[in-house]
Amino acid sequence: MNPLYEKYIKKETLPTLFCPGCGNGIIQMAAIRAIHQMGIKDEIACVSGIGCSSWIPCYLNLDVMHTLHGRSLAFAQGLKLARPDKKVLVFTGDGDCLAIGGNHLIHSAARNIDLTVVMVNNRIYGMTGGQKSPASLKGMKTKTSPTGNMDDPVDGCKIAEAMGATYVARWTTAHPVQLEKAITEGINHHGFAFIEVLSQCPVQGSDAFGDKTPAGMMNNMKEISWMKKDGENPPAGKTVIGLLVHRTDRMEYMERHQTSQDQNKNEKRGKANE
Amino acid sequence: MNDVVLDGNYCKGCDICISVCPQKIFAKSKKRNPLGAAIPDVTHKEKCTGCGLCERMCPDGAISVERGTK
Amino acid sequence: MRQEVLFFMESQKTVPGAKTGQTVVLQGNEACAKAAIQAGCRFFAGYPITPSTEIIELLSSEMEKVGGAFIQMEDEIASACAVVGARWGGKKAMTATSGPGFSLMQEAIGFAAVTETPSVFINIQRGGPATGQPTLSGQQDIYQARYGSHGDYEIIVLCPSSVQEMYDFTIRSFNLSERFRTPVILLSDEIVGHMREKVIIGQSPSGETPDLPIAVVSPSEDFYTGASTMVEGQLHDDQGRRIGHLATQSGDFIQQLCAKIQDHMEEIADIETYFMEDSDIAILAYGSVARPALNAVKQARGVKDTRISSRFKILRTLFSRGVPAAIQSDYSHLKVGLIKINTVWPFPQEALEKVAAQTKLIIVPEMNMGKYSREVERVLRDKVVVSMPKCGGDIHTPKEILDRILEEVGIREPLV
Repeated sequence: MNPLYEKYIKKETLPTLFCPGCGNGIIQMAAIRAIHQMGIKDEIACVSGIGCSSWIPCYLNLDVMHTLHGRSLAFAQGLKLARPDKKVLVFTGDGDCLAIGGNHLIHSAARNIDLTVVMVNNRIYGMTGGQKSPASLKGMKTKTSPTGNMDDPVDGCKIAEAMGATYVARWTTAHPVQLEKAITEGINHHGFAFIEVLSQCPVQGSDAFGDKTPAGMMNNMKEISWMKKDGENPPAGKTVIGLLVHRTDRMEYMERHQTSQDQNKNEKRGKANE
Repeated sequence: MNDVVLDGNYCKGCDICISVCPQKIFAKSKKRNPLGAAIPDVTHKEKCTGCGLCERMCPDGAISVERGTK
Repeated sequence: MRQEVLFFMESQKTVPGAKTGQTVVLQGNEACAKAAIQAGCRFFAGYPITPSTEIIELLSSEMEKVGGAFIQMEDEIASACAVVGARWGGKKAMTATSGPGFSLMQEAIGFAAVTETPSVFINIQRGGPATGQPTLSGQQDIYQARYGSHGDYEIIVLCPSSVQEMYDFTIRSFNLSERFRTPVILLSDEIVGHMREKVIIGQSPSGETPDLPIAVVSPSEDFYTGASTMVEGQLHDDQGRRIGHLATQSGDFIQQLCAKIQDHMEEIADIETYFMEDSDIAILAYGSVARPALNAVKQARGVKDTRISSRFKILRTLFSRGVPAAIQSDYSHLKVGLIKINTVWPFPQEALEKVAAQTKLIIVPEMNMGKYSREVERVLRDKVVVSMPKCGGDIHTPKEILDRILEEVGIREPLV
């Protein structure tokens, strides 16, 4: 077994429940490498929701909170506020984060609270057998869109950006080096970091990337990706990848809170204009 | 020369390594592990450049590359 | 004019360490907020909802004064989840809400139960269902507090009847939640939450857990202590590894989870009794309804309320329907007492059987359609249990309860 993997994985929990070729294992390895490289094993805890991607941290030898569907960000914010001196890494999925969890994505991004969120986007609800997700492509045949999805996909990165997230990136499982780097940057970033990872679900979501084999799906990911270039729009049908947003003009939530407390310490309770 | 070791006990037979290795070191074989997965053969280790893509891309951590071994 | 007049309850308990406490007049919700801080709560996440809002408002300034963290979350679900998340960061945590929010929080409460996360949830009940009655009281959530989340679990639920109990029971909620590693619900209501009374504060221990946590089935080390703690919402083993797919282990897990609390009822159950030594009729009440219930019992027994001056007595006789006992002495021979349930869940079966041993008739007034009386009936099968529901948001008056006692006594064989 890979020695780095061996160091971070709870061997007695193997094999993982990920199907052969599932992208989750690749993302897991990227996260392990990032945490190891930074030497922050004792400074970081993981929080996840429900779905296949929420199992990523459950195999790791770290503090892990495997919570409720859609609520990983709510639990993570509580943990962060209790221990602002430590790091929190959130694993979520396109359904967990954009459907049931959408409200918490909106508000944690708006707060710019110091969390690192890895949203694994396989454009499907894999764990429950292949129903459509908000990120499913138009026309995709799924168990709940059997004749073809009639909806346009929701763009999680755009939501995060619109609500004020200060680090937003999108990569794919075909870009493991860049993904590891993004996770590192996201953890080091003092603010809300949102990293979407396009990932293959060969068993339930093969229609998302036009092939039934994991390798074929990743090749297609590379085909449809387009590296962000400033000032240019992506060609039609391409998905923008790369570092999409990196802002330094917004204070992180707790910093902003402390600043507000300091500035207003002589203010009394009451209406602002009295 | 780099040493490439594929631990068959943890392989799920997804064949990503076969596709991803730029040197085409991994090849399909008929060997099966207790999980029932078809474990790729590691052929032509001497071609390994130590790029580490297989280590990063194996979803099950089954591959390790020891760089610079004799 | 509100028809009920709430007389002061003469508590039969002395407040421990009263010498060191401070006597103030507080609103019930204020007392709850202050008590949380006294108990060592250092994280509050909440969402405003009438009639609990005073708690979040007070803590928005008080929590940080003691170095705690406060956040108004985007909804009640987020609030409840943040509370659980914060406790694993090592901070005692609480949220406060009312009916609609309490419904939203149920999944998170179940999560706290199955992961054995100490946490406190305050429900200042109002009329339901749905939007219901935002400004009027009720006791309609009594079953929801026990069974609100899906799945099998035990939970501890306390019902305060006074501002002093809002204070004391909030502290007790934290201590019980740490001791039994369980969510605890403080089930109050709009009347107690909004009333203002004299209360002695500051006399309780400042939040140290008086006893060590009892043995649990889930991991229990806080995060960031090097324990690689796995908090898992699925049924799990002592390492947090899932066992939900294994029927025998899953059955054992649930049994152990429930036994953790069921086996310690002698420590948890809290019932107060008034005039029960020689009573064969009992009023069984909890929460705000215990107030007029005690008054009715005192009237029936002919007990004078000595704290009220004679001048006020005459005025009140003229204007209120709560007629002092001095005038109505016909039924001062009635042997009636009050059983006041402070820990409504788990149902204090053994303790209740003991205090009700000599009774023959039990009347259960509740501000709902008659819910808790079913439990009393289930447990005390050899007694006559009469449900006295009152819906709409007005609390039972002492006269209503007294009239009901007489009615029950009249239509049944004379008991005395």
